[in-house]
Amino acid sequence: MSQVIGKPINRVDGRDKVTGKAKYAAEFQVPGLAYGYVVSGTIAKGKITRIDTSEALSLDGVLQVFTHENRPRLAWFDISYKDQDAPPGSPFRPLQDATIKYSGQPIALVVAETFEVARYAASLIRVEYKEEPHETSLEANLHRARPQKHGVADLLKPPPPKPKGDFNTVYEESPVKMYGRYSHAAEHHNPMELFASTVVYEKGGKKPKLTIYDKTQGVTNSILYVSQVFDIPFKNIRVLSPYMGGGFGSGLRPQYQLFMAVMASLELKRSVRVTLTRQQMFTFGHRPATVQNVAISASADGAMNALYHDARGETSRFEDYTEIVTNWGGMLYPPENVTQDYKLVPLDVYTPLDMRAPGGVTGISALEIAVDELAYELGMDPLELRLKNYTDLDHNSQKPFSSKELRACFQQGAERFGWSKRQFEPRSMRKGHNLIGWGMATGIWEANQMPARAEAALLVNGKLWVSSATADIGTGTYTIMTQIAADALGVPMEDVLFKLGDSDFPVAPISGGSWTAATVGMAVHSACEAVGKSLLELAKKLAGSPFKGAKWEDIEFADRQLRLKREPTTAVSLQTLVDLNGGKAVRETSTGLPNALKQKDYARATHSAAFVEVMVDEDLGTVKVTRAVSAIAAGRILNPKTARSQILGGMVWGISKALHEESILDHNVGRFMNHNLAEYHVSVNADIHDLDVIFVEENDTIVNPLGIKGVGEIGIVAMPAAVANAIFHATGKRVRDLPITLDRLI
Amino acid sequence: MNSFTYTRADSVEHAVDERVAETGARFIAGGTNLLDLMKETVEKPSRLIDITRLPMTSITETIEGGLRLGALVTNADTAYNKRVQERYPLLSQAILAGASPQLRNMATNGGNLMQRTRCYYFYDAATPCNKRQPGSGCSAIEGFNRIHAILGTHLFDQEGRALEPQCIATHPSDMCVALAALEAVVQVTGKYGERTIPFAEFHRLPGNTPHIDNALEPDELITAIDLPPNGFADNHMYLKLRDRASYAFALVSVAAGLELDGDTITNARIALGGVAHKPWRKPEAEALLVGKPTTQESFQAAADALLAGAQGYGANTFKIELAKRAIVRALGQAAKLEPTE
Repeated sequence: MSQVIGKPINRVDGRDKVTGKAKYAAEFQVPGLAYGYVVSGTIAKGKITRIDTSEALSLDGVLQVFTHENRPRLAWFDISYKDQDAPPGSPFRPLQDATIKYSGQPIALVVAETFEVARYAASLIRVEYKEEPHETSLEANLHRARPQKHGVADLLKPPPPKPKGDFNTVYEESPVKMYGRYSHAAEHHNPMELFASTVVYEKGGKKPKLTIYDKTQGVTNSILYVSQVFDIPFKNIRVLSPYMGGGFGSGLRPQYQLFMAVMASLELKRSVRVTLTRQQMFTFGHRPATVQNVAISASADGAMNALYHDARGETSRFEDYTEIVTNWGGMLYPPENVTQDYKLVPLDVYTPLDMRAPGGVTGISALEIAVDELAYELGMDPLELRLKNYTDLDHNSQKPFSSKELRACFQQGAERFGWSKRQFEPRSMRKGHNLIGWGMATGIWEANQMPARAEAALLVNGKLWVSSATADIGTGTYTIMTQIAADALGVPMEDVLFKLGDSDFPVAPISGGSWTAATVGMAVHSACEAVGKSLLELAKKLAGSPFKGAKWEDIEFADRQLRLKREPTTAVSLQTLVDLNGGKAVRETSTGLPNALKQKDYARATHSAAFVEVMVDEDLGTVKVTRAVSAIAAGRILNPKTARSQILGGMVWGISKALHEESILDHNVGRFMNHNLAEYHVSVNADIHDLDVIFVEENDTIVNPLGIKGVGEIGIVAMPAAVANAIFHATGKRVRDLPITLDRLI
Repeated sequence: MNSFTYTRADSVEHAVDERVAETGARFIAGGTNLLDLMKETVEKPSRLIDITRLPMTSITETIEGGLRLGALVTNADTAYNKRVQERYPLLSQAILAGASPQLRNMATNGGNLMQRTRCYYFYDAATPCNKRQPGSGCSAIEGFNRIHAILGTHLFDQEGRALEPQCIATHPSDMCVALAALEAVVQVTGKYGERTIPFAEFHRLPGNTPHIDNALEPDELITAIDLPPNGFADNHMYLKLRDRASYAFALVSVAAGLELDGDTITNARIALGGVAHKPWRKPEAEALLVGKPTTQESFQAAADALLAGAQGYGANTFKIELAKRAIVRALGQAAKLEPTE
């Protein structure tokens, strides 16, 4: 009974967002608010030998300056600082001691009556350091690569499977082979909204009460962190994050402004806000710079027989950030002889952090350029090579996919793009100085579901209230959850009020990994079903009830009614039923759990095929992506409008990653230097031209009863390789290092 | 940001007097660069003299037959001014190649000349920079210098021996590259009255004093920019090469203006942006084109001459070849041998 699921419905929060009614973490005003400004360190490694705050403290309006010398005593053990996305290691603790671990490290917090005074005072703090030699270059430290440390993170990010077959021998003996070395620079998330926390302080009993407006992809993560680090019981803390001005993974861990704001608030016993600057947005997690080697061989007919993929990613000295970079080849292609290897290089930088399709877009970018290279070694059309090596099995786990409509992606994408008209030879299309090229690539991302809880309540006025402590990081969670709830109980969208981003709501995991739609969707569905079951019980109590013998399977909800499936005219309105509940709402809380039993024999993933046209100025090296088509197989699409926006965003970022994005580390000073949005280049409107999205039909009853797979990541995965392959087709130049700036093409 | 005093000037004389009275005072109009620099504590003015009420807000004809651009006319209003578009399309094109519509709506013509380099190190007080803090060193020479200068960075002692360069920053403006090609004249007023500065002499090379960007005396205020009658309106091109299609500073840009007699070049101007501490011109290279046919060979010879002596510092070495190709392309487009897209 799908009334609104699957329809291209406008965002339910759209009006609030465009009219400014939607408030973000730094916009909540409270009386007596003090403002914190973070002082950032300037060296990459060493010790603070002296920090002089006297001049700052003497300014009118300055309340306090916190440094490692006067910070309060806090939780002792690492475990207290571990958030839900913490990799193995020892989490960074702001103001812990005099040690400098990376450039830009927060070393002091100035709190003042106004933001301007705090900022000015921050400029008056004098710091002396004893510098130590630092290492920030991945390339220069590849010899130090070592396997990742293991921990809970392995569950979601397993290390590569053990080698199978005999890569070396088969590769050596194969008639056709390729080898390439690929790299990309670090990237920073740079959501438009700056990281901010507004902490509202109230006197409590033994401990104060804190209401915290935080920029986070999971209020549960923030409340856990604050409670453990500052030893305050959950009941005294409430974390709210109703809206987020972009996350992309940067909000998966509590960032240091949260620590700073809470610390200052507790010490000063008043409400405090800390907002980071754009420059400081470059002083925490980032997509790690990575170097990869890929080698693939095939028999003369194009059947792949051996695959090698290794990756060396940077991490910090204190935590082992890992991502799945090299496992994808074994999931996409069937060669029998496979070696996949992943190692880390600890450097004097902050711990990297999941960024949209973490590891996936990294690994697939290299792998799918490599597959294109193999196609050219074979003299075979790149799409034909992929079809030749098509498999319905995940060869890493030897399990079939729960569903995989990648073939339909290839067919529909190729048709929309006009791929059949492509000439194989590079440099075969030209318009004046511009060489034109067509490239394609495959994408894959996991379709995960986590446990989550939600509450549903049919209120006495007949409206349906639904809540879960999840996040809407701009993706459309508010809208799709409203749709799921509306359909579950047969009420129109306008009768549903879905709320999120509040730690008082039933618990949900951090919003990442493309799992929110499935995870929270199933929790919402389950809570609504529970309400439905209670309503059926109430219906049975009606005088002369026609529902007396009815089982759950016998009824359905539609048009604000509960009715018999076989006889829809036998119906009772939901309002009538809630009126029977003694003046109370019909309220249920329920958990959406992945069906492990059903899922365990299958690999679960979304797939994509991206087709890209570029124009490259032969003399000047400038690249323009003139058009791109992405065909996506991602299970059931709850809302084609918000889902399309997600894919478009991923495609834009894929173009941006291929051509523009790069956080530039100066290894002399060990510091990211282009730390602003003028010099950290993301694609702008003028870079983006014709983008087309196709969702292919994909029915999947194994991932979850609603068939939801999630679309947050899959849009970006295939794009960078497709752009790079199109550039090769245009120019005959194979560029294996991203971003492909014009100097790499002249 | 530091505390500062704010004054609103009601006349040019008043503005100049305020400036003379206080060494740390700065003029402010659009503030599109100065406010950023203040937030980064690169600039710490003790006083801001708001000049936005001064009568320098119009575009008028000059007696010589050119145009006078008021210093306070915004970049956007200049670029879309009908007379500028018709008679100086090169200037209009250059302005519109820069910044973003929002910035061009705020930024003024005088301020465009006064904007400072976008060198990463100049902006980041954590790193040494001779321009920000004379004598502290240049981080860019050995550092990440992809966006830096390839021309005019050399220093020589009195015997002509090469010395270590002090600064390899570039001037970031697009507008100024066109103004250099057009041989504009800058009108300034100081405590001793008015004077004019030819555009080629307005910005300077870093030399031993890279903290000084231009020839303006501390007490002087730009009041207008005069465009000579010849706007090279028939044959011109502003070609900007950058890392994305909009809102990025030039890696290399070329402002080219030609006068032709049939296929023969009778007059040529070429200015480069993104390659030096000032818009780069070389009259000898332009002279090579005069009397020559509009061919790739002529353009290539001029490009080679313009880039003679260029030096790369590693990450920016590609600019030498890129600049030559850009010059050849821009001249071809100015001569209408090539489409301009």
